[in-house]
Amino acid sequence: MHIDRYERLFLSAAVALLVVFMGALAVSSFAYGIRVPTATERVDPRTVATPPSPWGEPVENRLRELSPGNYEVYILAQMWQFTPATITIPQGSRVTFYVTSKDVQHGFKLSGTNINMMALPGEVARLTATFDTPGTYNFICHEYCGALHHTMYGQLVVEE
Amino acid sequence: MTKRKAQAGDVAGVAALPPGTFKREDRLTAWYITIAMVALFIGGSFGPLQKLEHVGINLYPTLAKIGIGSVRIQSYYQGLTAHGVLNALVWTTFFIVGFFTYAVPRSLGRPLSRPRVNLLALVMMITGLIMAAIPILTNLATVLYTFYPPMKASIFFYLGLVLVVVGSWVGGLSYSTYWQWRKDNPGQKTPFIALASIITMVMWQIATLGVATEILALIIPWVLGWTEGTDPQLARTFFWFTGHPLVYFWLLPAYVSWYAMLPKQAGGKMFSEQLARLVFWLFLVLSIPVGLHHQFLDPGVPAGWKAIHAVITYSLFLPSMATAFTVVASLEIGGRARGGKGLLGWIPKLPWGNPSYTAQNLAMILFVFGGIGGLTNASYNLNLAIHNTAWVPGHFHLTVGSAVTLTFFGIAYWLVPALTGKPLASRRAALAQAWTWFIGMLLMSNALHILGLNFGAPRRTALGLSPYVDPAWNPLQIEAAIGGIILGISGLLFFGNMLATALSRQRAEVRAEMPVAEPLHPEYETPGWLDSWRPWIVATVLLILVAYGPVLVSMIANINLTSPGVQIR
Repeated sequence: MHIDRYERLFLSAAVALLVVFMGALAVSSFAYGIRVPTATERVDPRTVATPPSPWGEPVENRLRELSPGNYEVYILAQMWQFTPATITIPQGSRVTFYVTSKDVQHGFKLSGTNINMMALPGEVARLTATFDTPGTYNFICHEYCGALHHTMYGQLVVEE
Repeated sequence: MTKRKAQAGDVAGVAALPPGTFKREDRLTAWYITIAMVALFIGGSFGPLQKLEHVGINLYPTLAKIGIGSVRIQSYYQGLTAHGVLNALVWTTFFIVGFFTYAVPRSLGRPLSRPRVNLLALVMMITGLIMAAIPILTNLATVLYTFYPPMKASIFFYLGLVLVVVGSWVGGLSYSTYWQWRKDNPGQKTPFIALASIITMVMWQIATLGVATEILALIIPWVLGWTEGTDPQLARTFFWFTGHPLVYFWLLPAYVSWYAMLPKQAGGKMFSEQLARLVFWLFLVLSIPVGLHHQFLDPGVPAGWKAIHAVITYSLFLPSMATAFTVVASLEIGGRARGGKGLLGWIPKLPWGNPSYTAQNLAMILFVFGGIGGLTNASYNLNLAIHNTAWVPGHFHLTVGSAVTLTFFGIAYWLVPALTGKPLASRRAALAQAWTWFIGMLLMSNALHILGLNFGAPRRTALGLSPYVDPAWNPLQIEAAIGGIILGISGLLFFGNMLATALSRQRAEVRAEMPVAEPLHPEYETPGWLDSWRPWIVATVLLILVAYGPVLVSMIANINLTSPGVQIR
């Protein structure tokens, strides 16, 4: 098969570019720890909002401090709200988010961070971030979930 | 290794056939592309309304007052469902089957041996379209074009979609004339346009097994109440098994035109015909085992499999880069043949006065940006920055909304005159249409990309009514709305021109014909493996098994039909 010399060069450059990109992705994953969600546990959406499920606990018990500055939070998505809708943590906290849905598909994107995931009924989405900058961060439902989808959001407050 | 010879039939065989040879094909094509255009007219008209909603001008309450009985558009999301289904699924699928029904028989130099199979495809697709359109227009299927379970729509919506897809399979089967051509022409290589078109249809037939399984095995039993619930994660996985190759099903017909028709229109030749063939085979093999890159942020898919799909997606960059080189080189040959000199002097010599050419060239320019954005989307954890933000519609309006749609407009500018025997009603309106689409799309997609990347604005959300909108988004929303309105005007120019052409009483002096570019080097022999189906089909199936087999088997083995879902109104 005949391939023109310049075209061969061009395609080799494209391959080199892809190799560089893949290297960058590997560095960002392993050296910087920027992760995508992975399969963890599954839940039954019909019972996920009732105890003993952690998403069935009263709202004030959803945020748990595991060790000083190290938190986990269980967020339930449903048409058209997140519970808890407001989360307050001190500056410098490391928080792991566990998000699931009890009805339809929802999304969860926390502005200003690398937290972005799908909230599906039956599945648990999990990601972790550290909050060094005080402020108010919105988490927005970014998957269409019915008539009032655009009203579904919550806030994470990082206090000094 | 056997070598296949180039043959004159690649290029000029059609002219020797008696007039009227393709009468039935032409009539079928006219039906497909007419329905495609009506769908785009209706679906596209919601686009400017969406952009206006985002700047606080909500026309949906007004629109809800217009209607007959329960047939009316009541909300942003109902309009958005119509926009997505009619544009992304109906306009594309009908246009593509119509275009191939025109191009494949001509490329082979013989009419369809079974035109009734093609007619059956048309009837199935129309029936499916009507079945899906009624629940959409009566607000019984406001689930957007991704219809993610467990949002539940009317059963007729799903049945209609299945009929459209299966109809398009049948359309692909009608091109089986190709196998008779091969029997009659042993040792000759398949004409390029026919080969590339049929590869596209075969890819589509394999790819749509995913969505067919999703609807038939997971959705319909659940909607009918035979199962208590459904498995949303598994449904998504089947959906995206089809969802990404769907993108290539849209794009490859545009590539057929860019590779094999546009150089002729520019006075050039196909720069690297063999590489073009290889590109289409690579798209057959690589288009399907990449669907998980739409699910990087899904909770129920192991990250390792996501990474594997990311790597395979990267490999798809190569056939697209080969396309960029070959197509531009083919056009350069044209520009130089028309008197262009120097490094870039050939560019102004290209036939910019020909709207069919200009539309497609502008489509390619927009696709450069679409391709770069696509590489970003496919880049594994980089997807965290933009997933489900306004960036995503910004991206796919450059690809399916520009590279594909603007190319199809360009094709229509010669195809409709060819079908009707009438000249294009207005060349100047068509040129204005191509440029306004280009400018409108630049403005809109630029704004959407920034809204998504910098501000995290969510996609397909009625932001005009949203409590969390930051005032900093407003200038970009205004830019997007201006772009959307320009696109609306451009669309009207297109439909007006098509209608005026169809209704005109003028006859063209010379009937327009399908442009077919000759290879630059007909003396290079095409190796046999570039004209042989078996190795490529085997590779396609194997790669699907490797990339999807283990993860799908594990998901199916652990199926949880526990999501009862919600009927959406």
